[in-house]
Amino acid sequence: MRRAALAAVALAALGAAAAAWAQSAGGDARRPGSAFMSRETQAMQRDDKANPGMLSVLEGEELWKAPAGPAGRSCASCHGADAASMDGVAARHPAFDPARGEAIDLAGRIAQCREESQGAPAPRREGRELLALTTFVAHRSRGARVSTGEDARLAPTIEAGRRLWQARLGQLNLSCAQCHDDNAGMKLGASTIPEAHPTGYPIYRLEWQDIGSLQRRIRGCLTGVRAEPFAYGAPEYVALEAFLMDRARGMEMETPGVRP
Amino acid sequence: MSRALVSVPPRARRGEVVEIRAMVQHEMETGFRPLPQGGFVPRLILRRFECDYDGATVFAADLHPAISANPYIAFRLRATRSGELVFRWIDDRGAVREERAAIEVA
Ligand code: HEC
Ligand code: HEC
Repeated sequence: MRRAALAAVALAALGAAAAAWAQSAGGDARRPGSAFMSRETQAMQRDDKANPGMLSVLEGEELWKAPAGPAGRSCASCHGADAASMDGVAARHPAFDPARGEAIDLAGRIAQCREESQGAPAPRREGRELLALTTFVAHRSRGARVSTGEDARLAPTIEAGRRLWQARLGQLNLSCAQCHDDNAGMKLGASTIPEAHPTGYPIYRLEWQDIGSLQRRIRGCLTGVRAEPFAYGAPEYVALEAFLMDRARGMEMETPGVRP
Repeated sequence: MSRALVSVPPRARRGEVVEIRAMVQHEMETGFRPLPQGGFVPRLILRRFECDYDGATVFAADLHPAISANPYIAFRLRATRSGELVFRWIDDRGAVREERAAIEVA
């Protein structure tokens, strides 16, 4: 009994020492979802000719250049054919939209441009067109450091996201934090619980056989705890995303990520 | 039109064995997915993949419903002469998707 208690104290001390070391060495203990994957899936994500998410990047690039709406304007006609104006944009979304006085995620921002700047029909959330455009734009942030959260106007949204993150949800009565903060790296069935950094989104998920958004991924976790998922585009997702991006501040964007 | 990503080294030495890779966007609808109102989503898969090198077919494969969406195929090729590689995917309805890439052999 005493020995077990002593061992636990020793382990805790070791854990604290390791954490202190990581910090003193300037190391970042946070790990993106890709760090939890098999080598094969990591290799697939790294290789642009094997990463199926790149097919969506190509599709988005075609849409970027294609005229849409009554005036026949393309995204390229306002933002440039090479899309260099989109560099780093995903790394600072969700962003504060002064016109509406609230936070908006990248897909929401693109949908807004499609409707208001191009006068085209509003693209459907999780529809092919919006996913491809979002993947194309977010790919331009690959390697950029997440900076959402530097804008003080987002503070209330991030706070709302934090409350959701910590709230117990569903029939299983579990919070996001209980899995992703307290048990990251542990197994849930066959899957490893990642830290839930949103740095690779939209991702190509092998289980889905398709590209999908962070909202779709979070819906999976919500139904996993037997909670009623929020509707696509709901402000709860934007709040959760803003919180997660703030939590991942300084990490590198990896879009398009591949996940098992 | 769907998108394709092929990977062919632009240059090779004569006799060198090089890796060729090809991925194409396709849902590979198996025909086994039930619809809410009964019945199944009709099958629509890529049935065949072929690769021609300088006019002759050097690799071909029959694809089946158990193959994933956006199929990825890799194989090795002995580079013998400069020429064009033509990749061809044919679906259940006979529609053909082609992609081309050149290889220079010295
Ligand atoms: C019961 C444990 C559990 C709970 C509760 C849970 N998740 Fe997850 N989550 C997982 C697992 C396991 C995965 C990885 C699944 C896989 O790889 O198939 C995951 C994946 C994720 C990812 C993807 C990370 C990446 O790298 O791609 C995000 C984001 C995420 N969860 C967010 C959330 C949010 C937000 C909540 C709360 C609403 C939540 N999760 C609740 C277990 C959980
Ligand atoms: C008629 C011109 C016009 C068209 C067409 C247009 N946009 Fe925009 N877009 C704008 C303007 C103006 C802004 C606001 C710029 C700012 O706030 O600095 C903007 C902002 C954006 C932003 C946010 C940029 C940032 O720095 O935060 C994104 C992302 C975006 N547009 C994507 C698109 C996409 C994708 C398309 C095509 C589907 C598109 N836009 C079509 C004019 C246009």
